[in-house]
Amino acid sequence: MKMLLSRILSIIPVLFGLCVLSFMLLAMIPGDPVTAMLGLDADPQAAAALRTKFALGQPLPIRFISWFGHLLTGDLGRSIQTGRPVLNMVLTALIPTMELGLVALIVSLLIAIPAGVISASKRNSIADYSVSLISLAGLSLPSFWLAILLILFLSIRLQIFPSSGYVPFLEDPVAAIQHIALPGITLGVAMAAATMRMTRAAMLDVLNTDYIRTARAKGLPRRGVIWRHALRNALIPVTTLVGLQLGQLMGGVVVTETVFAWPGIGKLTVDAIFARDFPVVQGAILASAVLFVVINLITDLLYATLDPRLRRRL
Amino acid sequence: MSSAAASPSLLRRLIEDSRSAMGMALVAILVAAAIFGPMLSPYGPDTADFLATLAPPSSAHLLGTDDLGRDVLSRILAGARVSLLVAVASVGCALVVGVPIGLVAGYRGKRTDAVLMRCMDVLLAFPGILLALGIAAALGASLVNTIIAIAVINTPTIARVARAQAMLVSRLDYVKANRALGFGDMTIMLRCVLPNTLSPVLVQASLMLASSIITESYLSFLGLGVQPPTPTWGNMLKDAISFIDQATWLAWFPGAAIFLTVLGFNLFGDGLRDRLDPRD
Repeated sequence: MKMLLSRILSIIPVLFGLCVLSFMLLAMIPGDPVTAMLGLDADPQAAAALRTKFALGQPLPIRFISWFGHLLTGDLGRSIQTGRPVLNMVLTALIPTMELGLVALIVSLLIAIPAGVISASKRNSIADYSVSLISLAGLSLPSFWLAILLILFLSIRLQIFPSSGYVPFLEDPVAAIQHIALPGITLGVAMAAATMRMTRAAMLDVLNTDYIRTARAKGLPRRGVIWRHALRNALIPVTTLVGLQLGQLMGGVVVTETVFAWPGIGKLTVDAIFARDFPVVQGAILASAVLFVVINLITDLLYATLDPRLRRRL
Repeated sequence: MSSAAASPSLLRRLIEDSRSAMGMALVAILVAAAIFGPMLSPYGPDTADFLATLAPPSSAHLLGTDDLGRDVLSRILAGARVSLLVAVASVGCALVVGVPIGLVAGYRGKRTDAVLMRCMDVLLAFPGILLALGIAAALGASLVNTIIAIAVINTPTIARVARAQAMLVSRLDYVKANRALGFGDMTIMLRCVLPNTLSPVLVQASLMLASSIITESYLSFLGLGVQPPTPTWGNMLKDAISFIDQATWLAWFPGAAIFLTVLGFNLFGDGLRDRLDPRD
């Protein structure tokens, strides 16, 4: 319990560091940030209002304390473009991103687990070499290229899936699945490559342990030993990797969401950058980073729950 | 470790392994394209031919032309130079900053280690591409800022690897012996610890070249990296989307160039890791 608490408390300095770094993004803008946001021909009154709003006349530490104080009350500021609260915009964008992340996770596990298990159980066979080669190719595949190729074949040529857009699941489930298919496959394939490698390595470790040898010696069917006994233990390190990848997904969604016009946090960030809407950029990046840290924390805790040795320590 | 790095047979052993040999061949093609690209290019990368817009691959234009009639092959060769420059410069900057941080943290330990590593943890807590986007957005899109952004996201990983190795080496007897002989911390760090931390750092750096090329292409694709008219594989793919139903070659070839280059660096990095860091 003490360890659990200390693990949870350990993210507090990291979260504070994230806040400092996110704040510094605005401070890093060379020259006058207001000119950078509104342009050279900005209305002087609007420029002055923005300068007051961001307290640009104040020293940096004072500005940070003021910004951080607002942040603690859930106030991430307002969008320069739309005037909407940044927190609302970020929370609205998080829903499609989380839907996409879930579908990508399902796609990646459906590809990676069977491929990794088959590769390990048939070591040094053609299947094993093929899986190794495919996983290495998957790791080297730029996701936006895969996205373009999927649009080309499955959307333009075969017209199976729409090439862009988002439909909420509760509004029209069939259309929602059609729209999420291509971005989900794009992200899922990117995640599957590393998971495939990890599943193979973990399975090889487990298949060499005494209890598997005992199970085989007892005459249990090979398939049952692999899928029921070995896979269960091999999945423990895989869970950690999948958790870390879910966090990394927050980065991957930026490009995928842009290609497929998916209205998630990634697209929100890119659109805000081009609109020079820095409060939104700041808020979206901070929210993604916080989510990344929280997912990593949950992964650690899940890992401890799955592994009885660690559970005892907790 | 360092003896393995210094071994004259390292190159031969890498070539003997079919996977790393393939990786080295792909990397060699990239380097050749980057160095000799201007000599090999049949046309200038920005030379427009409005009579040959969106021309499919032919003997005149081996990989076709884009919407402005620019030769795709010439632009891919020019893009190789940008990709290699960004990858090498960003990883180089990360090494210059990250290795000393890791070295000092690992050697000094205690409070110095805690402070330096918490700073690195904060950088690691950001998804890489998002941090790069944030930096590129704040500093503005350009070649130099792309290099800075990618260097910033690479630095904490390099520092972590260097620190782990420096901690290990600092506890060895010969380091303690040097300390007992009265050598200063700086001398011990530079002469004893640094050379023995380099192998895993170099392996990590070689794998980072691959991820840096992908990140650069992401930034260019999003319009936040190297700006047109300088051709990059990322901005070529960005342009390709508008003509995807008319000119598929615009998407195929730059994407394949990124894929093969990254595959080459990954194969090479894997091979190097197997040779230099067999414990992994």
